[in-house]
Amino acid sequence: MTSIVVENISKKYQMLQALHHVSFQVNEGELFGLIGPDGAGKTSLFRILATLLLPDEGTARIHNRHVVADYREIRKIIGYMPGRFSLYQDLTVEENLKFFADVFNTTIESNYQTIENIYTRLEPFKRRRAGKLSGGMKQKLALCCALIHKPDVLILDEPTTGVDPVSRKEFWDILKQLKKQGITILVSTPYMDEAGLCDRIALIQSGQIMSIDSPEKIISAYPFKLYAVKSNDNYALLEKLRTQQNVRSCYIFGEYLHVVFNDRDEHISVAVIEKKEMQPTIEDCFMQLMEDRG
Amino acid sequence: MEKTVIQVNDLTKRFGAFTAVDRLSFEVKESEIFGFLGANGTGKTTAIKMLCGLLSPTSGTGRVAGYDLFKQADKVKMNIGYMSQKFSLYEDLKVTENMELFGGIYGMRPKAIRAKTREVIDDLELEDEKHRLVGSLPLGVKQKVSFAVSTFHSPKIVFLDEPTSGVDPISRRIFWEMIYKASSKGMTIFVTTHYMDEAEYCNRISIMVDGKIKALDSPKILKENFGVDSMDTVFQLLARPSNYSKK
Repeated sequence: MTSIVVENISKKYQMLQALHHVSFQVNEGELFGLIGPDGAGKTSLFRILATLLLPDEGTARIHNRHVVADYREIRKIIGYMPGRFSLYQDLTVEENLKFFADVFNTTIESNYQTIENIYTRLEPFKRRRAGKLSGGMKQKLALCCALIHKPDVLILDEPTTGVDPVSRKEFWDILKQLKKQGITILVSTPYMDEAGLCDRIALIQSGQIMSIDSPEKIISAYPFKLYAVKSNDNYALLEKLRTQQNVRSCYIFGEYLHVVFNDRDEHISVAVIEKKEMQPTIEDCFMQLMEDRG
Repeated sequence: MEKTVIQVNDLTKRFGAFTAVDRLSFEVKESEIFGFLGANGTGKTTAIKMLCGLLSPTSGTGRVAGYDLFKQADKVKMNIGYMSQKFSLYEDLKVTENMELFGGIYGMRPKAIRAKTREVIDDLELEDEKHRLVGSLPLGVKQKVSFAVSTFHSPKIVFLDEPTSGVDPISRRIFWEMIYKASSKGMTIFVTTHYMDEAEYCNRISIMVDGKIKALDSPKILKENFGVDSMDTVFQLLARPSNYSKK
């Protein structure tokens, strides 16, 4: 069954077209990722779905309820975690959680099961003020507060931005567990390496969706033969490759350069240590789609 | 002989009973790209503040850009550049006006400011954007301008605190190409990032855990030492060893 339906949504702020005819669907129980850099339109879209912003054009429904007409009902069935930490910094961990439970007419106890896995890591600090928590902890508390009314759908706006790779990994482990409870999760991230952890992803740039599919299918749709190349001086190699006529694109990628050649002419006119064909990453796909659109 | 731009020994910062930074010792050479990594809350920010002369260390010794961290903090500030992801340019000023303002703050003469503006605009290919308000620029370009402004007074070293956070993948790479270029001209780069592919772009990396530097070497040697093939795994192994203890 379909959980979220987005149809032809557009949103403009003065001169800036934040969203441009965006459409996609999220299935029930799916972990769906919206992947794109800052300014791509992720937050605008999530705010529309969370009934906090009106679209200029198009419609969106969550569990068959319309985001504009049925906003009150939607607010009961979704949990929304905004990108900016928006809990009460002067309240303790426990007070924040109790506050959000009260707002939704429920108690911590009655829904403890949903948050148990996450909250046990916070419990040692339950009397600490939210403002004094580390980034990773704040994030876990915000997630608990978004979950306390047992929502069917979770909307998480960049929950891992600015968080170190270790805490990011932990957060994704938590999302996997929540998915097992049957919660539909729509999550946005600027980190392309997190795409592989989603069932399906939408790649978004400048308010437009460039591609929607499972990460595996997006990778297999990459249209070129991609090479990883390295030398003793990658920067010199990069500059050289940029001048070669037969090079279609060339970017630094960790310890390698990722190179696409035009046609079958794959020569490189300087010495390299290694040159191997490789499977593209989601980031390669994203960059190729960006270039395609100019 | 290579010149040393940062030299710290047993640099320590305590807040009451809490030791935020515990006896840091390392050096960074001229024109090196040095990656300063660590999980959130491990003391990275405190360490950077001390290196920039913004926070006085509790003990140890340190020299940055030729000046003593204890006695010459003001000189340190004059001779370094600093750019953070949050570092705000004046959005209501044009690109060139931001440069003029920051050049002026660092005491540069109008003539020097004009010459430097010309040079930077050419160097970073900002010709089309130079008369636009910073607020109207895409994030990738803003970061470039931010870098230009933080290095406008030609510091020996620039501290970049998560400079590419949230930037699109192509602009992120353009930013790093700019870093390479600056380093090849002799500028020392001290950079923090949460992107592990960017760790690979550094000449050397240190990884901080609980206030201490737990590893420091080139990405290649670190990976060899840990017997793994990515910096991401090195980072995970050091920052959260318990997750891997059974493997």
